[in-house]
Amino acid sequence: MSLLTALARLLIFPGILFAVPAAWFFLWVERKSVAMMQGRIGPPFMQPFYDFIKLLGKDTPQREGIAGGLMRAWPLIAVSTAAGAVGLLPVLPSSGGFQGDLILLLALLEVPSICMIAAGFTSRSIFGEIGSAREAVLSLSYNVVFLLAIISVAASQHTFRLEALAQASATPLRWVGILAILICLPAKLHLNPFSLPNAEQEIYSGPMVEFAGPELAMWELAHGLEWVAATGLVATLIAPQLAFWGVSVLVFVALSFGIVLLLSALAAATARLAIDTTVRFYWQCTIIFAVLAVSSALFMRLRS
Amino acid sequence: MGALMNLWNRLMCYCRRRSPWLFHLNSGSCNGCDIEIVAALTPRYDAEQLGVRLEGSPRHADILCVTGPVTKNAVCAIKTVYGQVCGPKAVVAIGSCPATTNVFIDSRTLDGPLNKHIPVDVFVPGCPPRPDAIIQGVAKAAEILAERGNRVAQAALAETPVEVQA
Repeated sequence: MSLLTALARLLIFPGILFAVPAAWFFLWVERKSVAMMQGRIGPPFMQPFYDFIKLLGKDTPQREGIAGGLMRAWPLIAVSTAAGAVGLLPVLPSSGGFQGDLILLLALLEVPSICMIAAGFTSRSIFGEIGSAREAVLSLSYNVVFLLAIISVAASQHTFRLEALAQASATPLRWVGILAILICLPAKLHLNPFSLPNAEQEIYSGPMVEFAGPELAMWELAHGLEWVAATGLVATLIAPQLAFWGVSVLVFVALSFGIVLLLSALAAATARLAIDTTVRFYWQCTIIFAVLAVSSALFMRLRS
Repeated sequence: MGALMNLWNRLMCYCRRRSPWLFHLNSGSCNGCDIEIVAALTPRYDAEQLGVRLEGSPRHADILCVTGPVTKNAVCAIKTVYGQVCGPKAVVAIGSCPATTNVFIDSRTLDGPLNKHIPVDVFVPGCPPRPDAIIQGVAKAAEILAERGNRVAQAALAETPVEVQA
């Protein structure tokens, strides 16, 4: 029974059957809302789906001197880990089955970014390598804040178990942590003003430069799944756990949608920052939040 | 099985028509047509309604948009970039320059027009062409591209060696 529940969570909700259409939907919401904020009409509803199918039908080029197997493997690993991260989200109150903890979820969320760095270096393109280096620096800068924020959330609730974290009510301390996580999301999703690694004007879209056809389709899908997983993580931390599962699903989707809109508004309103400014932003300005949250969480824990 | 493949091919054909990604290649243009391509993506013309996306890498693109009268320096780059675009692909020559070399005709620095070097599918004349004309040209090229991809798929389905330019 528990195996069945785990499989259902991974394959149906919030796993693949829900996550893939949700990924396309969030990609569309991002593009559409940016377009509307710029006074355009924007792409049709099915656009990410069209793009995905079209990319599946394109040829893969012959690339001399590149490890073809690795080039095919990176996007697949990125998609599967991102889908796994979505499958772990504690949206529904589970009745047994496999319950991952926050550390596993964070590891799975981090793998697509590592795959991207490796993919840029595997492609052996100078632009890919610059993009990978930027992605590595970016992930070093936001991850300190991101991990501290997660630790503060976990420490304030005395647990790393996702289920327990989702059920606990939101304290003021937890809101500081959630705010710090929210500040890290644009960098995690490569949105403006932190869209440095895949800057299409300067470095020909960075690590993705040599990828074409089905491989690129997988990268697009992985990016969409990262959207679902990252916004879903915040949504589950904010959302109150409700008794009736239909309502909690609706609340989860609505909250994720709201966070996507918020991030898109930020992306439409800002320009790309240079790498040193980005690092300074996270290491000097935002880290105060995270340190505050973590130290007060530990202090509260010592007192109790 | 055949019916399923047919359905898949029709879906693919439709998606190719609805999702043309562009790569913009300047072969010595005066920058007039380049500005008009960018104008086609602005709020007034909004080519993204057709699924158009300007891509950074030729590997990601379906349609190559070439501007300029093809200078001798650019010939090698044009051939390389055309080779880097993955099939099925189409080429749109934007402006009068790639079509006829325009006012630069007989210049000793040119090796035009464009169709001397790569096969061109759609010519969008004008100096510079209006953004609506560029969008129409891209839409036309997307249809040609979908048709071309479909022919390759049909040939594969029939398992007959058909001469197809992909």
